[in-house]
Amino acid sequence: MDGAAPLFRMEGISKRYGGVRALEKAELTVSTGSIHAILGENGAGKSTLIKVMAGVVAPDEGRMMLDGREVTFASPGAANKAGIVCIFQELSLIPELSVADNIVISDPPKRFGMIDRKAQRRVAEDALARAGAADIHPLALVKDLPLSRRQMVEIAKALARKPRILILDEATSALTAADVAKIFGVLKRLRSEGLALLYISHRMNEIAELADHCTVFRNGRNVASYKAGSKSDNEVVELMIGREYSHIFPPKPAAAPASAAPRLQARKLSWADRLDNISLTVRAGEVVGLGGLDGQGQRELLLAFFGVLRGLSGEVLIDGKPVTITSPAAAREDGIGMALIPEDRKTEGLMLPMTVRENLSFAVLDRLSKGGIIDRAAEQRLIDDMVGLLAIKTAGLDIPVGALSGGNQQKVVIAKWLMRQPRIVLLNDPTRGIDVGTKQEIYQLMRKLADAGAAILFYSTDYDELIGCCDRVLVLYDGAVKRELVGAEITERALISSALNIHGEESPVGLGASV
Amino acid sequence: MKDWRYWLAEQRGTLLALGIFIVMFVIYTSNHPAGFTANVVQTAANKGVLLAFVAMAQTLVVITSGIDLSVGMIFLLTNCLASWLVVGTPMQTTLGVIAVLVAGLLCGAINGAIVIYGRLQPIVATIATGAVYYGIGLLLRPFPGGSVNEDLADAMTGRLFDLVPASLVVLLAVVLLIWVPFSRSVLGRAAYAAGSSETAAYMSGVPIRRGKFAAYTLAGLLAAIGGLFLTFFTYTGEAAYASGNAYTLFSIAAVVLGGVSLFGGKGSAIGAIFGALAFRTIGDLLFVFDFDPLWQPLFQGVILLVAVSLGAFALFRVRNRLEWFL
Repeated sequence: MDGAAPLFRMEGISKRYGGVRALEKAELTVSTGSIHAILGENGAGKSTLIKVMAGVVAPDEGRMMLDGREVTFASPGAANKAGIVCIFQELSLIPELSVADNIVISDPPKRFGMIDRKAQRRVAEDALARAGAADIHPLALVKDLPLSRRQMVEIAKALARKPRILILDEATSALTAADVAKIFGVLKRLRSEGLALLYISHRMNEIAELADHCTVFRNGRNVASYKAGSKSDNEVVELMIGREYSHIFPPKPAAAPASAAPRLQARKLSWADRLDNISLTVRAGEVVGLGGLDGQGQRELLLAFFGVLRGLSGEVLIDGKPVTITSPAAAREDGIGMALIPEDRKTEGLMLPMTVRENLSFAVLDRLSKGGIIDRAAEQRLIDDMVGLLAIKTAGLDIPVGALSGGNQQKVVIAKWLMRQPRIVLLNDPTRGIDVGTKQEIYQLMRKLADAGAAILFYSTDYDELIGCCDRVLVLYDGAVKRELVGAEITERALISSALNIHGEESPVGLGASV
Repeated sequence: MKDWRYWLAEQRGTLLALGIFIVMFVIYTSNHPAGFTANVVQTAANKGVLLAFVAMAQTLVVITSGIDLSVGMIFLLTNCLASWLVVGTPMQTTLGVIAVLVAGLLCGAINGAIVIYGRLQPIVATIATGAVYYGIGLLLRPFPGGSVNEDLADAMTGRLFDLVPASLVVLLAVVLLIWVPFSRSVLGRAAYAAGSSETAAYMSGVPIRRGKFAAYTLAGLLAAIGGLFLTFFTYTGEAAYASGNAYTLFSIAAVVLGGVSLFGGKGSAIGAIFGALAFRTIGDLLFVFDFDPLWQPLFQGVILLVAVSLGAFALFRVRNRLEWFL
């Protein structure tokens, strides 16, 4: 075999989820003895790409070549056998099993047809040592380990499978600095042993230290491939953006006066290791965005306000008065008037088999009923108002809400909460997986609510939305507010660089500022 | 080395069940007019092993985070079948025993196929198949009757060397020949992994389907062994609907008492055996203390409630309230 031939190639790979193109004729070449970094924004197609490589999803078109031969993977197990091992962002460890059980899970050593526990122990100890995590006891249960230790087990597990191509998807996101240093040593050693490594990370400094080669993805395509170190951070960020703006956002009003009364305030809010000393203020009539990479504590922050988290430290103030909210039911009480539009409407927002009518009136039943009896006429009036206001397209109020399109389902969730006329609206990535038309209506609705005096806190993974909708954006990183962007400062460049926590120079005439 | 600590943590549920059983059994025998004699132990063992086999069967399925509501009915069906087949010459009797065990395997395999390949919820699938198995049992024995090879039956319910109850020896053999190999095989580990986190198991390339199928199939086999023993004790076959249902529900109770998590992925059939023995001893305790037998269901319920509450303490430590509903 020709030594210079690439180990692995993907050609013209496309993948579609419903109407959304996740990958569009993507190409990737991986060679032995190198570390290859994959960069891109949230939703650029990186995750789908590696899922295709690792046999988790099947591509709609395109082909993959390993050692010059075409291959297809029917399952993650098949990809493992071919030598492609992936460390996923969502951990693939089994909580109730021990560390050693987990490390050998896909191919345990056997003796007389049974698992050989002694050999398993040796393999596990060896793998843990290779991953630089010899401090983890092989008999400990995975569920008893903290997240950072689990991540090390995950890496040991991947090494125990003797991979030829090792994919690390945000594998360092939960690690402590000391662990990261150890892992880097391990990765460099693996590279010198001739492995091919694919490294996906949002941390630019890690990529600068590790990668030999970089490929940037945008909108499901690979847009640039270059030798590591040949481009500056700012150039890379521009490659990652490079997108047209769509003018679907309602005009923003003049900035709310700083003197306007604060409606919702947080003071030094902390929770477990996910929220770190967060202080913020949202005034009546204001739309405040939460930015940053996925999973930096945005979701937990909204849940904290909504009374879902226990053991919160710090203070929450409504209209300047400290309050303690201990459940979602308390959060929607009249004095507080909070509503949360959840991210996963199927489990947290709607009861899919129940009718549109029932779903709509859940949140207001207490106001519509006297002595436990629901006033049907009042319910009907309120529902008619809402269906009209939000232009919900449904064949009738008595069909199951599950039969509606995704966009209309989300409108039902929103309508349900609007019926209480909330004074504070928390939105958790409400437009995920929704068509553009409905998105536009949601943006307009948000602005309308703000104009009517509501305070709005809006988390989105889509930077365009934050730019188009928000008066201010708070960028979260590792559970803390890293930066506040106001008015014209909210640009894609500023959002991305603060999301990546790059402490680079800020050019006043950036790409976004000219828009 | 602190290996033993990890071992202890892993076996906590089993050891707790063992402890509960020993305490109850000591109270029972020390208050029994005859005391701790081979006779008393034999009677207790013969009463206990029936539920122990059915509880072992339930454990296998519960580990995969499923539930098998047909175990009691497989137990009845194989009892009816044995009352026809386990008779005659030693050769005929042997073939009969094999046929009964194969029937149990088949029942379990059908459950597994429906749940895994038909993607039906275990609770619904096994209610339906349980009704079918009961129906077949009823056709086999519309009225209680039949017979069994009495030599075999007496040997299985008697004592070895006039000391150890034979039924306990068989129970131990079943543990060593079925449970231990299963729990240490790749399939067994797949069953645990699927019960603990099916997504993670899938991502790790674990043979989930084969593991779950093996669990359901072996559950059928274990229930059939229970059915055989029922025949050995009663010398007859009877499709007693209420008794089948009671065994199904008691098996779930025994499994929970034995430290097996109904959420799957955790626990051991050995724990479930002690859970079953402990559950049976509750009834005996009432007997030695001269309680009215009418009190038995109420008393069993209270004991079960207390035992299960011990497992709920973990919920007090939850910090994200959404985790209550996971």
